[in-house]
Amino acid sequence: MTVRFRLNGSPVAFDGAGDMPLLWYLRDHAKLTGTKFGCGIASCGACTVHVDGRATRSCQAPVASLEGRSVTTIEGLADGDTLDAVQQAWIDEDVPQCGYCQAGQIMAASELLQRVTDPDDDDIAAITNICRCGTYPRIRKAIKRAALLRKAAAS
Amino acid sequence: MNLSRRTFLQVTATAVGGLTMSACSPRSATALAASENTPWVFVRIEPGKPVVIGARGAEIGQGVKTSLPMLIAEELDLLWNQVKVEQLPYGLIAADNEQGIAGKYGGQGAGGSTNIPDGWTELRQVGAKLRHMLIEAAARRWQLETSRLTTLSGQVLSDQGRSLGYGELAAEAALLPIPSEDLKLKSPDQFNIIGKPTPVADCRDIVTGQSEYGIDSDVDGALTAVIARCPYFEGDIAMFDDTAAREIPGVRDVVRIPAPDPEQGLVMNLAAGVAVVADDTWSALKGREALDIAWRPGPWANDSTDAFASVAYKALDGNGEIAREDGNFDRAKESAAQTITADYFNPFLAHCTMEPQNALIDLREDSALLIGSLQSPGGASRMINAMTGIDRLNISIRMPRVGGGFGRRLENDFVAEAVHIAQAVGKPIKLVWMREDDMQHDWYRPSGAHRLTAILDDQNQLTGWSHRCAASDRRFRLPARAGSPSWLACLDPDAFPAGCVDNYRAEHTPLDFGLARGWWRGPLPTFVAFPIESFIDEVALASGQDPLELRLNLLGEPRELSYDGHGGPIFHTGRLADVLKKAAQEIGYGRTLADGHGIGLAAHFVFGGYTAHAMEVSVQNGRPVIHRCVCVVDVGLAVNPLGVEAQMMSGTIDGLSTAMNLEITVKDGRIEQTNFPNYPVMRMAQAPDVEVHILDTGFTPSGAGEMGIPTAAPALTNAIFAATGQRIRRLPIARQLG
Repeated sequence: MTVRFRLNGSPVAFDGAGDMPLLWYLRDHAKLTGTKFGCGIASCGACTVHVDGRATRSCQAPVASLEGRSVTTIEGLADGDTLDAVQQAWIDEDVPQCGYCQAGQIMAASELLQRVTDPDDDDIAAITNICRCGTYPRIRKAIKRAALLRKAAAS
Repeated sequence: MNLSRRTFLQVTATAVGGLTMSACSPRSATALAASENTPWVFVRIEPGKPVVIGARGAEIGQGVKTSLPMLIAEELDLLWNQVKVEQLPYGLIAADNEQGIAGKYGGQGAGGSTNIPDGWTELRQVGAKLRHMLIEAAARRWQLETSRLTTLSGQVLSDQGRSLGYGELAAEAALLPIPSEDLKLKSPDQFNIIGKPTPVADCRDIVTGQSEYGIDSDVDGALTAVIARCPYFEGDIAMFDDTAAREIPGVRDVVRIPAPDPEQGLVMNLAAGVAVVADDTWSALKGREALDIAWRPGPWANDSTDAFASVAYKALDGNGEIAREDGNFDRAKESAAQTITADYFNPFLAHCTMEPQNALIDLREDSALLIGSLQSPGGASRMINAMTGIDRLNISIRMPRVGGGFGRRLENDFVAEAVHIAQAVGKPIKLVWMREDDMQHDWYRPSGAHRLTAILDDQNQLTGWSHRCAASDRRFRLPARAGSPSWLACLDPDAFPAGCVDNYRAEHTPLDFGLARGWWRGPLPTFVAFPIESFIDEVALASGQDPLELRLNLLGEPRELSYDGHGGPIFHTGRLADVLKKAAQEIGYGRTLADGHGIGLAAHFVFGGYTAHAMEVSVQNGRPVIHRCVCVVDVGLAVNPLGVEAQMMSGTIDGLSTAMNLEITVKDGRIEQTNFPNYPVMRMAQAPDVEVHILDTGFTPSGAGEMGIPTAAPALTNAIFAATGQRIRRLPIARQLG
């Protein structure tokens, strides 16, 4: 059965295995490799994308569940050459080390800022994505910076 | 990691009027005219374009893709924003040496925090020589003596006010001879790039999802493979039936992976297994699920880490192999006024790189392409050569970004698996490990017990120190390590307070256990800093001394002691004292604390660098809560302070994560941990902010990747003791705080 959904703003159709996790569809079929595999059990958050605007761990989201939905990956977060505030803040605070988990961290932070415009440390601590390099202190700073950037852009 | 430094410079004109410094065969005439023993690195200068500087190192998150090109750019006298960094592939060239090959770019592996110290002079000379040639080209153009010329921000300037950009001079510079002698380098007060906080060179690619990692690689016609591996150490396949697996849509082949040859040890793959090869990852995983396999447990089938720990503690009652003996510890003990002793324990650990292991291999008749996340591309090249006979000069290895290393990828077992499958299937193979594969088939950090004994005389002076260790033998199933001492990566004969105590003994008893063992971030310092730095606190408290004062008294006058281990040959007591004093000062050591709070300190010499931690901690609901965490480091001259700060945060959090939560356990000959829920790597909610202080000491730079980790655990446990009176002697802390 063909599943139709939007991927980074464009319509896509997939008639392969419906039980295939969105993660493997993105990486193997859509060739969008910015979304990373980390654990396969929705524990580490490296594969976080947005489904209808909600942070979703794509390794546990079957493609069949996406009918009619809208998926945004790290490749679709920026507006052309204009980076999202979270991406810009990540550069400003020099967050990445190995960088592997950062797409998932950015997608999680981006959703947090949609819900909480001025997050404190407790709000940020609710993000459970794992960074094996331990970039957490700079992630905290970057999320707060992104909140300021968003406010500045809105005013 | 003694890769040959016999590499050569060659400069050629490019088609668009620029120049390229590139490698050449040392057998060619131009090469022989060029300077021998000159490190080679790729620099591309073309009119109207940024200068491209090649990054030769394996970027595993330690920042070398930024810091190594900074060294070249500094001496080339560029502004950093005039530079574009490009990752280099692994490079070999033919050479007139025993192996017939040499590293085209010098060392490209990542291990032991050596990239910066190895590149410090080599790469600055590359920049200096190219700058010299650009000046020479301008001198000829202008008919001026070179003494009247200088450079600034990518331009050659004359004393009469003339100027030309490097791009305009590149074509002429390309025709000039390369200086054969080493040139005079800038003094630190002339640095414009080195020492300046410099962001990750390819950060934008990372945050936009464009950065390629090994696991993202692809070539035409590649099939994806996953492997079901034998969960028992030295076990094998009793039988398997792949009928159902082959019926899964998308599955193309099933390949048996042989067990390692017991005679040869772990020179290729780690375990027997069955590989399922498919069109995509999901089909391969479903195929693997459908395999029917019976495993034959190996000789370790009844073993457990509980039993191992008992054996290790018991071994501490007997004598070990003497690794160092100063004075006469036994005689000092006879006349002791006070003897203090305590036992400590380190568990096995997994590396758990964020990006699981993977390798894409495309084997042709006489050539091969490997794309993978590697720490030892040279080892991968040798592995492919050994398995296929393909000339190493015809093995191309691309080095994309690496999703964490921590020592795991110094081994190339996953490359061996991919080669084996590709040989069987005859198509390019992309092998991907799942998290469970990664956690259960690692080269684990060794485990072991330590007994420390201190002797005090009637003046309350520390006159004797003994460190007895019994640990899983790092040489296990590794014949290449047969000549190494048994205490490799488990006991540091030269660690402080060696050389600071008259009667000093270090001894080791190697123990058998089935797990494969490997290097794990700061292998030796991380293993020994916990017992040593905990015990110094215990000695201080048992003898009525202050832990900081005891350390400073032992370190004594600033002086150089010999240090035979990695990071030697010198250990400077004053540098360790200075990081310790700074950490104590920053945390406000000795001030009155809130009820239930305590401060702990620890300091250690790590691979040429010096680190101290100071933490203020309380215990709430059985968990340590870190109120402040100070990390002070002296890596000599910090090439990129922003990167060094990141590494100290990283090492600190890695050390805390490990000390609090992490342990690999074995029951019935199998690893019990499978994935993050039962190997709970620290997440945001537990991670403290880390106040990093980099001491600007001006010494020749050491690396930074491993300096932040060893002292985190003992500073934490010393603080827990100060806060609660409970002494943690066994890691992880986990539920010990009740």
